[in-house]
Amino acid sequence: MVSLHNRKFISADSDKCVGCQVCEYACSFTHDKVFNAVKSRIRVVRSNQSMKSIALTCRKCQEPACVAACPRDALSQSLETGTIIIDQDQCNGCGWCIEACNYGAMMMHPESKTVYVCDLCQYRPDGPQCVKWCPEEALTVVTSDVLAQKARLNAIKKLFQEHEELEK
Amino acid sequence: MVKIHQRKFISADPEKCVGCQVCEYACSYSHEKAFNPIKSRIRLVRVNQLANMAVTCRLCEDPACVAACPRNALSQAEDTGNIVLDKDKCNGCGWCIEACDYGAMMLHPETKVVYVCDLCKDKADGPQCVKWCPEEALTIVTSDTLAQKARISAIRKLFQEKEEKQQ
Amino acid sequence: MLGYAGTILYIDLTTGKSRTEKTTEETAKKYIGGIGLGMKLWLSNSKAGVDPLSPENPLVLSLGPVSGTMFPTGGNGHAFISKSPATGGVGEAVSHGTFGAELKRAGYDAIVFTGKAEKPVYLWIDDEAIQLMDASRVWGKSPGETEDAIKDEIGDYYVRVAAIGLAGEKQSKMANIINEKTRAAGRTGLGAVMGSKNLKAIAVRGTHDIKVAKGEEFMDMVKEFHERMKGPASMRYRTLGTVENLTIANDLYCMPTKNYSGSHLDKVETINADEINERFVAKIIGCNSCAMRCEHEALVREGPYKGALARIEYDNLWALGPNCGVDKLDSIIKAAELCTYYGLDATSTGVTISFLMDCHEKGILSHEELGGIDAHFGNGDAVVQLVEKIGKREGIGDLLADGAKAAAAKIGKGSTELAQHIKGLEVTGYDLRCLKTAALAAAVSFRGADHSRSGAYQLDMKGKVDRTKAEKGRGKLVKEGENMLAVIDSLIVCKNSKATYYKELADLAKLYSAVTGLDMSSAELEATGERIINLARLINIREGLTRNDDTLPWKALNQPITEDGPAKGAVVTQDELDLLLDDYYNSRGWTVEGVPPATKLQELGLAEFKSIVEGKEA
Repeated sequence: MVSLHNRKFISADSDKCVGCQVCEYACSFTHDKVFNAVKSRIRVVRSNQSMKSIALTCRKCQEPACVAACPRDALSQSLETGTIIIDQDQCNGCGWCIEACNYGAMMMHPESKTVYVCDLCQYRPDGPQCVKWCPEEALTVVTSDVLAQKARLNAIKKLFQEHEELEK
Repeated sequence: MVKIHQRKFISADPEKCVGCQVCEYACSYSHEKAFNPIKSRIRLVRVNQLANMAVTCRLCEDPACVAACPRNALSQAEDTGNIVLDKDKCNGCGWCIEACDYGAMMLHPETKVVYVCDLCKDKADGPQCVKWCPEEALTIVTSDTLAQKARISAIRKLFQEKEEKQQ
Repeated sequence: MLGYAGTILYIDLTTGKSRTEKTTEETAKKYIGGIGLGMKLWLSNSKAGVDPLSPENPLVLSLGPVSGTMFPTGGNGHAFISKSPATGGVGEAVSHGTFGAELKRAGYDAIVFTGKAEKPVYLWIDDEAIQLMDASRVWGKSPGETEDAIKDEIGDYYVRVAAIGLAGEKQSKMANIINEKTRAAGRTGLGAVMGSKNLKAIAVRGTHDIKVAKGEEFMDMVKEFHERMKGPASMRYRTLGTVENLTIANDLYCMPTKNYSGSHLDKVETINADEINERFVAKIIGCNSCAMRCEHEALVREGPYKGALARIEYDNLWALGPNCGVDKLDSIIKAAELCTYYGLDATSTGVTISFLMDCHEKGILSHEELGGIDAHFGNGDAVVQLVEKIGKREGIGDLLADGAKAAAAKIGKGSTELAQHIKGLEVTGYDLRCLKTAALAAAVSFRGADHSRSGAYQLDMKGKVDRTKAEKGRGKLVKEGENMLAVIDSLIVCKNSKATYYKELADLAKLYSAVTGLDMSSAELEATGERIINLARLINIREGLTRNDDTLPWKALNQPITEDGPAKGAVVTQDELDLLLDDYYNSRGWTVEGVPPATKLQELGLAEFKSIVEGKEA
């Protein structure tokens, strides 16, 4: 059973994200003590066409495709937090989970030769390091419920502001 | 194919809305047989005492939720403009939730897929939130009728003001 | 057993540990919920003579079986019960809003707080997850500011918060507990109890379904009550609001003015309901599930108090207005806003201020002793300044913060005669001298001076009885009103909806059955109301209250109304009061000393508490 506040993931605001990749550095340094975007669990995508940037990582999907795809049962999902857990001994780096994930959140680690994925920095008392370091405050740790709440609040605050301005 | 200005959706009048959340109860009861705002497709927002309004799916043109879904689980019905979910494809990743500016897409706590206002299409008497709202703050409108209403009330107000000045 | 969440939560703030108990069907049927369940839990978890502001005094927060459902006015209430620091007897305060419904969805029927946290904390209830959070960041803040800060900290904007303000932190005996920024569990100073436990706030988010036993029947009732609530029985709440009472009471010469110096104002045009609604009410809002909507939000649009925003009801309007001789709405609204800001009960605060003004006008307190505040009747600015002082416990405010009775005890010099209170709780806006059924009701009310424990004032004001006469039969009327309201506050539905229950207890019994699936007849419900009132009496007896405490303020007994009009010369004599008390005790089946005999307790299923009355029955 998952309560409303348990399943948190990293959400990026494309209006704020400038594509600086600080999150990637923060992630790889935290986990691997190196600055190497190839070892980051969060990745920045820049779309030149739309002039937009956004960082992307694991969404903690319900019934995740990565877990379902693994033929060796190396992946499982934490019931409590929704985090994807990898059994390093079981994984043989076949990459089916990478193929299954729609978000490019599963990746092959160049050294361990097994897959790796965002763990929300579960061992860090101050939480996800990408969020902490993002200079634009574009990243937040949220639940889907809070995301919808924020959208609603913003939409309605904006509406009432317009009302007031019109009345003035 | 129905044109955009003919698409019907639920509109809330902030002047009338008192923030009582009866719409949330009516929605969750009619869809889920339980009183639980977390399962309501319409949600009340109280910004402060003076600003209250319920909000639900606007049936946008080119809806962002549909565009955002990487698994093509969402589509928009051509006839009504309703957002239609393919439950088998949805994995609850929440990108549509992030994409929607109105907070109208939500993750269902039990089915683990997203859900959204369906205008109570299976109910003979139409949207239940509209039916139960004690303040008659909710109406089913098209953007066309909304604009008409706005024009009419603006002009009435104008004439009232004129009359008052003349007196 | 639907309707009930099935769990009672116990939190020991000293150790931070919590445990749960099941809500049994027996307890549910016997005490219903709300104030009934709350008093039962308080009595069973406390010792006689407990100091109200000590860690040993439990604070109970309870919900009713209807809380969390769609029943109009029923979905949204919650009750606090404890020993009142103001009266030394039952402390009881009900509030509405959305907080109660959220707590029900989190899965609790009641919470019993005991002990005292080492440092300021707030309780965060996320369904089954219970956590005491550091409240140092919100300590000193208003309930509204606290709510916003907690929402930010938790990161969920639909979290519901009940919090105390500075007055509660400083243990003012007039402190209340405020939820959703504007709704107050007021009277009897329970905010001080919360403050004494270092408990700043309770934040809750609940996600569980609320189901009812008889869905179709229930929804039919909802539909019918939606219609009734828009009808004549409760129309006034939707339109002018309770402030309409001002004109009604004034015309009947039963609106106390200037601390009971008078009972009528010649001109009320500057503060009446029309003026408030036309010039100040910016919005009317409603509680969760309500089909009545009564909350009139008044906004000051110009002048020195521009921007002040407060919910205005007859009670705070009267207490901070006519009761202090004030006839300017802008300062009344500002004072009401400050009461909410500091978490002060507006009625008690207003009456305590009028007491001070009375002392000043009679020369008991000098200008210097008041710290330079020009506390003359009619000075609205002084009222605003005094609320501020009381909220902060600054200067003269420290003297006043524990209410009129405590202030008079400190001041001396005959000022006790000016303190308008019963059992330590300040009076409300209905002149008891010319409303004699209401006078009896206020004298016997278990929480002190209060009109809303029986609604008897309505009988007087509507002319259903001769209001200036003390006669036999009033006891029975008060008893019936008390039983009904005990049920209303236990279910919990809103007291303002009382008139929509055309069949009274029969309607409520049907509602109870539809929600819970348990059989309940109106006779059973009547007996339950009686049981709850007897339980309250037992608590007061155990805590040392006697017939002598069932009395009236000095002015109501000794100072007749002087204004020419229908109530001229009206006063309640001690003989009249004794007659009324005898009649009431008799109709309750109590002894002449107001003690329920063991046989009565047996009959009501309260035998487990009979040791309380042992030796007092004679």
